[in-house]
Amino acid sequence: MAVEFDGGVVIGADSRTTSGAYIANRVTDKLTPIHDRIFCCRSGSAADTQAIADAVAANVELDGIVMGGLPSVKKAAEIFRQYCYDYRDNLTAGIIVAGWDPKQGGQVYTIPLGGMLIRQQFSIGGSGSTYIYGHVDATFKENMTKDECIQFCTNALSLAINRDGSSGGVVRLAVITKEGVERKVILGNDLPRFYEG
Amino acid sequence: VIMADLMQPFWQGGPSPGLFYEYPGKWSSDVASPSDARNRTSQPTVTGTSVLGLKFTGGVIIAADTLGSYGSMARFRNVSRVMKVNDSTILSAAGDYADFQFIKAEIEQMVIDEEVLNDGFFMSPGAVHSWMTRMLYHRRSKFDPLWNSVTVAGFYNGESFLGSVDKIGIAFKSASVASGFGAYLAQPLMRKAIEDNGDNLSYEKARHVIEECLKVLYYRDARSYNRYEIAVVTKDGVKIEKPSSSKPDWNVANVVRGFE
Repeated sequence: MAVEFDGGVVIGADSRTTSGAYIANRVTDKLTPIHDRIFCCRSGSAADTQAIADAVAANVELDGIVMGGLPSVKKAAEIFRQYCYDYRDNLTAGIIVAGWDPKQGGQVYTIPLGGMLIRQQFSIGGSGSTYIYGHVDATFKENMTKDECIQFCTNALSLAINRDGSSGGVVRLAVITKEGVERKVILGNDLPRFYEG
Repeated sequence: VIMADLMQPFWQGGPSPGLFYEYPGKWSSDVASPSDARNRTSQPTVTGTSVLGLKFTGGVIIAADTLGSYGSMARFRNVSRVMKVNDSTILSAAGDYADFQFIKAEIEQMVIDEEVLNDGFFMSPGAVHSWMTRMLYHRRSKFDPLWNSVTVAGFYNGESFLGSVDKIGIAFKSASVASGFGAYLAQPLMRKAIEDNGDNLSYEKARHVIEECLKVLYYRDARSYNRYEIAVVTKDGVKIEKPSSSKPDWNVANVVRGFE
């Protein structure tokens, strides 16, 4: 998931990669850098999303050099969309592109399965997201501070992890601002706990 | 030859074929039809994952987590999959939870019936295991299985008992048993412990192995939950403990960055 705030974005993800019911990787890093201030959250097929992210990162790096300065988050999202739309019948990729650029500040763009592109104030994705639509709709407020966004993400991800078999492990967060990228990890035992009956 | 000629009835104006004798399939209740689908467990709905069982000197331990999964959803997180049969036997099931509740009700009634007889006899763990085997195989043979892997454990006549039966009636006894993911992840760990201790595991060691296995299953089974019940049978009877949890170690996450 990803959330915009004034000055940047907070992105977060769980760390479980499954092959059927087997947890192939319990400490996955699903927050992938595309450029210095642009990240993406990958859901769906690990192979598909890694391949696309690599291609987009190469493209965006060139773009940054050619245009001079930090590439726009929107441009990176458009490049993602082109791959996801043109090859929609052959891909299983749900991607959230989030980052900061000098022109528009913090931005979150979602590219779900069919390859549409939309900017949102916050976005959730992946199999676990179905369990928290009600929660995020009830809890989200506009103009949250950076720390409120971090708590919003942590709580939402914990709730999803506790219900979805395909989600689990640790919560990885990244806060992207003009100053840089601050990465955090909240280990399994330190996650907030809610009703578990 | 014209096919139409072959499709004519044998006779006309007389009794319908098959009217005066019995044959298999005469009555629709004998034959499975699509309308019978409601009476067939063709797929499990709410399911429990692995069950572990391990013998030690003086008794047996079994363990199962308290999750009832609804597909990939962790729907019922506080469900008990272990039951006490009598003072010398316990039983646990993986697979469909409704079928487990059915088995539980049947066995509880059998225990009541025994008590009512008041002859001082009660089912041995071996007897329960045999009954489960017959029951599950019978249902499988009717194409209406109870979709479970059942583990029976007990202590009777000074000896530990541990047996397993699955939904197609495969039954056996062993020093360690595990169903579901446990068969792949926990069984090797349990067998190693038995081997390293010369088949003479103490309660403490067995307990430690089971808890290690439960931790590994929580790491690697996407249908597991970090709350489990452990039950122990010894000569002193049955003890089904309150649910507890593993203490997983996630520190390795700090070492990982990206995917290359």
